[in-house]
Amino acid sequence: MFDDSNIIVGLEIGTSKVCAVVGEQNADGALNIVGVGQSPARGVRKGEIVDAALAEECVRNAVVEAEQMADMEIRSVYLGVTGGHLRGFNNRGVHPVVSADREISDDDVQDVIKNAKAINLPAENTVVHAVRQHFLVDGHDGITNPVGMLGARLEVDMHVVHGNTNRLQNSVRLVKGLQLEVEEIVFNGLASSLALLTSEQKELGALVIDIGGGTTDYVVYSDGVIRHTGALALGGDHVSNDLGHGLKVPLSRAEKLKLEHGSALVDEAMKGRTLTITNELGLPLKTINVEHLQRIVSLRLEEIFQIIAQDLEQAGLVDYLRAGAFLCGGCARAPQIARLAEPVLQMPVSLGKTNSISGLKSALDQPEFVTAIGLAKFGSLKTRKREGKMSIAQGIKSTITSFLRR
Amino acid sequence: MKTKTETPTAPLETIQARAIKIIGVGGAGVSLLDTLNREDFAGADFVAINTDAPSLAASSATVKIHLETKLLRGLGTGGDPERGRAIAEEQFATLKTACDGADVILIIAGLGGGAGSGISPVLARAAKETGALVLAFVTLPFSCEGNRRQQQAQQGLEQLKSVADGVICLPNQKTFKLIDENTSVLDTFRITGGLLAEGVRGIWRLLTRPGLIQIHFDDLCALVRDRHSESAFASVEASGAGRSREIAEKLLAHPLLDEGRALAESDAVLVSLMGGKDLTMAEVNRVMEQISRQCEHAQIIMGAAVDAGMKNKLSVTVIAARRNHSAESPATTVEETASRGAARSSTRCGSQPQNAALDQREQLLKQHAPGRGRKAGSRMRQEQLPLAIISKGRFDKSEPTIHKGEDLDIPTYYRRGVVLN
Repeated sequence: MFDDSNIIVGLEIGTSKVCAVVGEQNADGALNIVGVGQSPARGVRKGEIVDAALAEECVRNAVVEAEQMADMEIRSVYLGVTGGHLRGFNNRGVHPVVSADREISDDDVQDVIKNAKAINLPAENTVVHAVRQHFLVDGHDGITNPVGMLGARLEVDMHVVHGNTNRLQNSVRLVKGLQLEVEEIVFNGLASSLALLTSEQKELGALVIDIGGGTTDYVVYSDGVIRHTGALALGGDHVSNDLGHGLKVPLSRAEKLKLEHGSALVDEAMKGRTLTITNELGLPLKTINVEHLQRIVSLRLEEIFQIIAQDLEQAGLVDYLRAGAFLCGGCARAPQIARLAEPVLQMPVSLGKTNSISGLKSALDQPEFVTAIGLAKFGSLKTRKREGKMSIAQGIKSTITSFLRR
Repeated sequence: MKTKTETPTAPLETIQARAIKIIGVGGAGVSLLDTLNREDFAGADFVAINTDAPSLAASSATVKIHLETKLLRGLGTGGDPERGRAIAEEQFATLKTACDGADVILIIAGLGGGAGSGISPVLARAAKETGALVLAFVTLPFSCEGNRRQQQAQQGLEQLKSVADGVICLPNQKTFKLIDENTSVLDTFRITGGLLAEGVRGIWRLLTRPGLIQIHFDDLCALVRDRHSESAFASVEASGAGRSREIAEKLLAHPLLDEGRALAESDAVLVSLMGGKDLTMAEVNRVMEQISRQCEHAQIIMGAAVDAGMKNKLSVTVIAARRNHSAESPATTVEETASRGAARSSTRCGSQPQNAALDQREQLLKQHAPGRGRKAGSRMRQEQLPLAIISKGRFDKSEPTIHKGEDLDIPTYYRRGVVLN
């Protein structure tokens, strides 16, 4: 029988589909995917639940499918969250070192982290993540572990992701209603970046863009730490909606046309070509210009990249991204999307590959699964940290630090 | 052609000649006046008007007018605008002499109380009769101050709008977006006062500093005169290399402009840029490009000035006059105030019709004046009916995705005007 403690489940309630990934952690901490379940999502708009009853049904289907495939019972999940209300920013905490010999102790480190977390948030918001970036001792940057160093003034940079409490709790409550424990909530963009990036890429500086159905999440790494995050309530749904509007076809048809003929760049060969859509009896209904279809898709996707590019430029991060940008999410399937994004973002763009996972490899290396896999990976990193126990004292300490790192 | 040859000499002469009076009315107005008086407003006359003696005694204004009658027994108006109005009507002549000799009169008041909402409309009328351009800067009370004060403030605002040339209005409630949980009450009022002062300073600079690209006094008059509209204003500052971009972004995120929506709704926008000697044309161009993109239908008046003291800094003041949706409503309120004024005090009875006749004459004059007529004609554009109502499809009922004042749920190709045939 499996020991429950090394089973890690990532659950993503997306706008277009619900996806559950079951991972098994082996002795040296590597994650092996043993089961996947998915179900088309209903009752979700722009990454947030608008109809709890419908969404609950979909989550149940996905979880049951994953349980069957992995042949085990799922008890707890790492839940992905997203939505336009999520915001990320960098904050700096300061702490004067007061001990006589000016040696920085563990207590000082914990104090400075506490200070960095004491941020002025609107009353209705909660912190989803507070990720440590670097310590500064007396103004010297780039220190990863200041314990034992000498200094008068200790500072720490943190990246904080926060969002509206009620809107975050909606999905947590839904999952709890299914008798599943929620271990932690994780920002989808962060999860995707964990699944896609190697530590070398994080060190070089990389951008991960997850264009899903209802939202686009992006995360920027440089020097191995998270520098910037963002969530836009824009995604594949908008592309379909634009098509429905521009080509004057119903949404379901627009969705289908997008999948069959959509392209991120207008295909020169398609200029002047037309398509005839037929009803279920095969009778022609309407003729559609393929160039228009692709133009509409192209404009929307281009705009999404432009907004991200502007945001990065404003944050002054463009020159730090030497490893380039990696795309995932359903929209990353659009043909030519990398060629569209490259001139806008002004960096090499490629489709992300989930390298850091072993298991059902070929079946899993799909852009849609990246977030759910990343959630499982996030869970495995968390438990690995927790299980690195040697003595009781150190065990307690690591629990505290892992708690503080959240 | 004629006007063109005149312009180079005219502003230089009028800059010095233009007399400006800043009048604070009521408790809030007088204390705001004090914050202004501390700063650099050389050449302006400060006048404080109140019914409450202690507040006047503490004021630093050069001229203080204490409106007093036996009716009040030395007390204030007691939060009743009717009393404020009655006493102002009684002392109408005093108010008028106080306004005499000024070209521009800026009235500063906090609406909602007795003095602010009662006296300032009467004062505006008195000022108007002396022939000055009257601009009012008013604050509206916080919602938590109660319904009654809200109503009084709204009433006061309507009356003020019907008499003053322009009312620039700062609803205190909107400053909630500027403050956080820990801001003290004192700081909050300092912030609202600061915002108002910013607006006054913007207008002041416009009128007094020699401009690189001058905004003529005529332009300001044409923009606000007899428009009787409520305007939104915002003033932002930025420094450093990316300052022009920062300014545009700050403006579009400014709570007093409703995150840029006020710009889209406005039909006349006045932009005043102020920078150090290093102000470049490219920066002016960049800021203006951003603003004009936001307000396509508006008439934009732009000015730029250089202040040697502002090193590396750029400050922009925007005043957006909204469309006056109910053109006939000011007329009715004038009559309403007139009848109410008549009921309250008999002294005002005679002068009202005369006032109306004067207004009419002025309007006729304006229509026949060659320069003005052309301007008015160009502003009378046939508006487009909003026939192409764009449906947002599946996002119709969800929370809109707004990015820099643009609703991203509307198809991109539609917003960018790509034609599909």
